[in-house]
Amino acid sequence: MNRLLPENPVAALSIKLGVWAVGMFVFALWIMPPMYDAFCEITGLNGKTGDRYEVTSAEVDTSRTIKVQFVATNNQGMPWEFAPEVRTVEVHPGEQTRVNFEAFNPTEQKMVGQAIPSLVPYKASSYFHKTECFCFDQQHLEAGEGAELPMFFIVDRDLPQQIHTITLSYTLFDVTDRFEDGEDNVASVTQ
Amino acid sequence: MAHGPAKGITRWLYTTNHKDIGSMYLWFSFAMFFLGGIFALVIRAELFQPGLQIVEPNFFNQMTTMHGLIMVFGAVMPAFVGLANWMIPMMVGAPDMALPRMNNWSFWILPFAFMMLVSTLFMEGGAPNFGWTFYAPLSTTYAPPSVTFFIFAVHIMGASSIMGAINIIATILNMRAPGMTLMKMPLFVWTWLITAYLLIAVMPVLAGVVTMMLMDIHFGTSFFDAAGGGDPVLFQHVFWFFGHPEVYIMILPAFGIVSAIIPTFARKPLFGYSSMVYATASIAFLSFIVWAHHMFTVGMPIAGELFFMYATMLIAVPTGVKVFNWVATMFRGAMTFETPMLFAVAFVILFTIGGFSGLMLAIAPADFQYHDTYFVVAHFHYVLVPGAIFSITAAVYYWLPKWCGHMYNETMGKAHFWLAFIGLNLTFFPMHFAGLAGMPRRIPDYHMMFADWNMLSSMGAFLFGGAQVLFLYIVVSTILKGKKATAEVWENPEGLEWTVPSPAPYHTFSTPPEVK
Repeated sequence: MNRLLPENPVAALSIKLGVWAVGMFVFALWIMPPMYDAFCEITGLNGKTGDRYEVTSAEVDTSRTIKVQFVATNNQGMPWEFAPEVRTVEVHPGEQTRVNFEAFNPTEQKMVGQAIPSLVPYKASSYFHKTECFCFDQQHLEAGEGAELPMFFIVDRDLPQQIHTITLSYTLFDVTDRFEDGEDNVASVTQ
Repeated sequence: MAHGPAKGITRWLYTTNHKDIGSMYLWFSFAMFFLGGIFALVIRAELFQPGLQIVEPNFFNQMTTMHGLIMVFGAVMPAFVGLANWMIPMMVGAPDMALPRMNNWSFWILPFAFMMLVSTLFMEGGAPNFGWTFYAPLSTTYAPPSVTFFIFAVHIMGASSIMGAINIIATILNMRAPGMTLMKMPLFVWTWLITAYLLIAVMPVLAGVVTMMLMDIHFGTSFFDAAGGGDPVLFQHVFWFFGHPEVYIMILPAFGIVSAIIPTFARKPLFGYSSMVYATASIAFLSFIVWAHHMFTVGMPIAGELFFMYATMLIAVPTGVKVFNWVATMFRGAMTFETPMLFAVAFVILFTIGGFSGLMLAIAPADFQYHDTYFVVAHFHYVLVPGAIFSITAAVYYWLPKWCGHMYNETMGKAHFWLAFIGLNLTFFPMHFAGLAGMPRRIPDYHMMFADWNMLSSMGAFLFGGAQVLFLYIVVSTILKGKKATAEVWENPEGLEWTVPSPAPYHTFSTPPEVK
């Protein structure tokens, strides 16, 4: 390293400081956001739920009953009608449950929607598994078209004892501009 | 020293002289201080009475945003860089800054950055209106089109600050006179050395966060857009990771100035020099681990709330060390109260009040009540106005005779102080009460119950603004026709800058001085 630097101590120090500044820029742009995502995923912070879950065991813990509530909201400017079929279900940990959401596009043009989940209490985030969810993909609806959107989930048997109620909220975003061509080319959009 | 300043405008365009560049920085920041002050007066005029009288709500939001941005990046930071340029080479016995040409460049890109920022006021859709903290998605999805100009202006300001910081570190570490060991450096030099490191660490993060905004707005990424898998809360984390060290960037050099002025007028050496150095370094370190205390209400786990609460309160320890050291320096000193000392003493008292309201805000459960109210506005104006602005004013009165060779008029200086002191307290003290009663910040209209406090605040603001016009008059008249100042100016002041004649010659310490 030292051989790379000029002899002049002022120039050498300035280069080191400049490299540090560039390093901090790289840190802010390319390291902080992935670190933040990883941190949120591990801790369940912000109620971020995980990706598609592979079922590992079919055992059901019938000694506990967990109340799962569903909330559906439209982001500002999103005209779709969007709601869960049922507001609340009671499930046993380990048991796979299906809940349908209904979406309807009342406008006169084709639109694309994306649902983003958020879960409280955040400590339950890593114990709430989705085996199948409409929120893993964008939803394309023609003008006046409606659809039934399925979601399969399992509450983990290791869910902390003090948690009896889980609330899962979906916010529906209008992403038509982003996916006008109708391609599902966004591997980057998870959840 | 046959070689003097060049003639005409090119002297200023091409100069590599640290004193010329320092003066340009100071005049530039003075101009920005008045511009930001006018924006503040628009805000206060609208808030004089409840209801909408003078400006549209959207223009009001542009005013709060531009006031914050101009004051932080245009007035306070360049003023400290200007003082660093003028004083650091003279204080460490160096002939000039280590990188004089880069110094010229880091100044001259600034006016362009601010022209670009201010020009957004005349654009379609108006200037940025999302607050100086430019939280996404207000600053991305819902921003006016001028946001792109704002982003590039911030990039240029960041580049200027980083270059300035590199220059200051290189000067301090490489250009000290023989015998000037690190622990003999004046505290202003020490605090600036630490500030410069903070700048290099966090200005790139600011550049990073605005770059992410730029990409979200124009290139289809979704760093902060939940619809694309991003997260708006990420913005707040990255912003405050820059933002908290930034507030110390605006206060550490002030600590250095006050530590130079108080010993001179108490006629005693500074109490606890080395503890001052270590306290400054501790504050700088702590500034990196407290950022989320600005966002207690975003929904953090209890462990996070507690960590950021305790870490924030920890800052009171080194800050307390400094305040007690200043008080101990004055204790049993032969004190006199010339204008710089008045501003320095007011700094110690009022900054401490601002520090205490900061401690109140640090209490996470209480912060849910105070968050985004005028209490927060009162708090950060109590640390920034008496902190940064008063210390810069004190520095100008203290060193102006050295810069221009003329003494200011003491009576006028004192008049300026008392007008500013009364104006400041009248403006910002009632904001505590309005805030505790629940008045939210960044609103053009408010409930009748806050009317009295707001009227007082507005009257104070105009008094404070008027005091600064007097300040401009004092500075100009001192330069033009003040009485001749001696080389020492004050009674036995410490520091190499007082060993050169007043006004300081264009080139000083071409041969390094001897430091005992």
